[in-house]
Amino acid sequence: MSDNSSLRTPSQCIAWTATIFISTLVFIFLIAPILAIMPLSFSSGSYLTYPLPGLSLRWYDDFINSPRWMNALKNSMIIGVASTALSMVLGTLAALGLAQWKSPFKPLVLAFVLSPVVVPGVITAVGLYFFFAPIGLTGTYLGLILAHTALATPFVVITVGATLQSFDTNLARAAASLGASPLQAFRRVILPLILPGMASGALFAFATSFDEVVIVLFMAGPEQRTLPREMFSGIRENISPTITAAAVILTTVSIILLATLEGLRRRNERLKGSSA
Amino acid sequence: MTAASLTDADTQTEVPLKRRLRRAERARQVKALALVLPLLVFLLFTFAGPIAGMLWRAVDDREVRQALPQTVAALANWDGKDLPDEKAYAALANDILAGRGAGTIAIAAKRLNYALNGFRTILTSTARNLKAVPEPGMARETLGKINAAWRERTTWTTIKDAGGPMTGFYLLAALDLTRNVDGAIAAASPDQAIYRDIFTRTFLIGLSVTALCLLLGFPVAYLLATLPPGRSNLLMIFVLLPFWTSLLVRTCAWIVLLQSKGVVNDSLHWLGIIDEPLRMIYNRFGVCVAMTHVLLPFMILPLYSSMKAISPAYMRAAASLGAPPLTAFLRIYLPQTLPGIGAGSLLVFILALGYYITPALVGGAADQMISYFIALYTTETANWGLASALGAVLLLATLLLALVYGRLVQGQQVTGGMKN
Repeated sequence: MSDNSSLRTPSQCIAWTATIFISTLVFIFLIAPILAIMPLSFSSGSYLTYPLPGLSLRWYDDFINSPRWMNALKNSMIIGVASTALSMVLGTLAALGLAQWKSPFKPLVLAFVLSPVVVPGVITAVGLYFFFAPIGLTGTYLGLILAHTALATPFVVITVGATLQSFDTNLARAAASLGASPLQAFRRVILPLILPGMASGALFAFATSFDEVVIVLFMAGPEQRTLPREMFSGIRENISPTITAAAVILTTVSIILLATLEGLRRRNERLKGSSA
Repeated sequence: MTAASLTDADTQTEVPLKRRLRRAERARQVKALALVLPLLVFLLFTFAGPIAGMLWRAVDDREVRQALPQTVAALANWDGKDLPDEKAYAALANDILAGRGAGTIAIAAKRLNYALNGFRTILTSTARNLKAVPEPGMARETLGKINAAWRERTTWTTIKDAGGPMTGFYLLAALDLTRNVDGAIAAASPDQAIYRDIFTRTFLIGLSVTALCLLLGFPVAYLLATLPPGRSNLLMIFVLLPFWTSLLVRTCAWIVLLQSKGVVNDSLHWLGIIDEPLRMIYNRFGVCVAMTHVLLPFMILPLYSSMKAISPAYMRAAASLGAPPLTAFLRIYLPQTLPGIGAGSLLVFILALGYYITPALVGGAADQMISYFIALYTTETANWGLASALGAVLLLATLLLALVYGRLVQGQQVTGGMKN
């Protein structure tokens, strides 16, 4: 309780209590909507309100037996995994290159590489729609994978770049001086060290693709509709409890991603702590 | 003798060594660039190229030129002060007769209709009623008989303006401006001048959401930065879980909560607080609440990292020098959080400007932001020039703000994932 020692005057006590009170309300604001939607998916009735008439798994049953939703889940996985893999290769190579490259143009190149994150989704989507339609890439998996890779790669560059910042380049030199070929040095020395950064980059990349809907709205044909895309039309038409079941499944994926990332971060901190 | 040979040998080995080092360094740089190159080429194809293409579409204007080539050529030297001469009328008649079968007239009519309402009818009725090439010298009279609009100067200046190959028409239209009959820039007619309002609305929603995020995010960031690490890490889950939850899930959750038969209205009714359901969604309130919820983590995280860097010793020093807590907070603590406030606010504002999905799902007709109209003109009405021009304005605003943001966080680590 190191913070309590600084609370001397009553006014400070009031300020601190107010901070805790407001923060609690904000935490409720942040988490309540996500928690509120979950039990509704287990309702036996078809109204999205409390109290629940009874518990059932009928909406999950509905989800699993609906070709539309299962196809969307499959598409999300295909596009997510493929664009993650592609962005890992492109992003890791670029981060390795950028770490060594010395040039006055470097900030400019870095800004360019990171810009897909800042540019509004609609602008990227409209540009891609015009650009990919004449070459037959709209309504294809390849088109969506390429587009999602462009959006996801900046995260890989950032996370791998961050691990490379604390990377001692002498380690690579030592490997070379001991007779390792560049490929061996990469595989046995550099790769194990940047692996945590690559893993969190991969999680970010997958989450980006898995959650993306604007580009899918513009470019996907009926065959390529992803989970967020199905949710979008579901919300537009009429929110059925099946959507809440889909929402719970999506949230579970998010929690798994977040927990993995947190585990990676803890492991990294432990390793740093033990080496210091 | 020995000394001389030694220095000689030294210089002999030293120069090549320097050169060798330089060469090795250059090779390293080339190799480094070669590693970045695949991504640069990839982004050129999947990102920069498409956006450049969109910007090009905002000024591209070749439809009328392709459909009415002779007319555009004949009008090239026309001063626009009086009606054009007989040659232009004959050229138009020829163009219409030639293009009638090709379907290019309809495309040109659509483009000309953007500039002058009713032009589609003028052109299609002329195309329908023009039977044959008019007698020499009779073109003006024939066309004027088919449609009286050909006796008006505006009809012709519209064609001349749309003659391409490049135009400022769409960019001007995106700012509620147009060229009048004399070619000067003037305000667009009120029924077409809607985009300034939409940009203002986009900015206002962005500003309200940013202010709300700052108001709600500041105490939370302060709490997280002040608590001991164990407990703040635990509370951080409340910020990170929504951050990682799908945008669609969160938007859906707000609809379920706020709709007229939703969880909040039902609970309030059950508690006897209200009799009639409150209207909390499909309006500005719903948009602001849902967007604040989605963007709040982008405010909390930069604020948290800037507050985490402030040493508590400063506040203790201020207190020991006799500053009352409020003074110490306002004069010592707050100024040090300003970079964090700036970075968080800019980030939230930049992301809010480009929002599309959330307002489209939880907003009413009067709450749609600029992105909605860009999407609408691209996929529904296929007015690609205007969609691109609106996109160009939004892109410019975003990039300018991002530039400021880049300056602000220079040196600081870039944090966070971005979703919209």
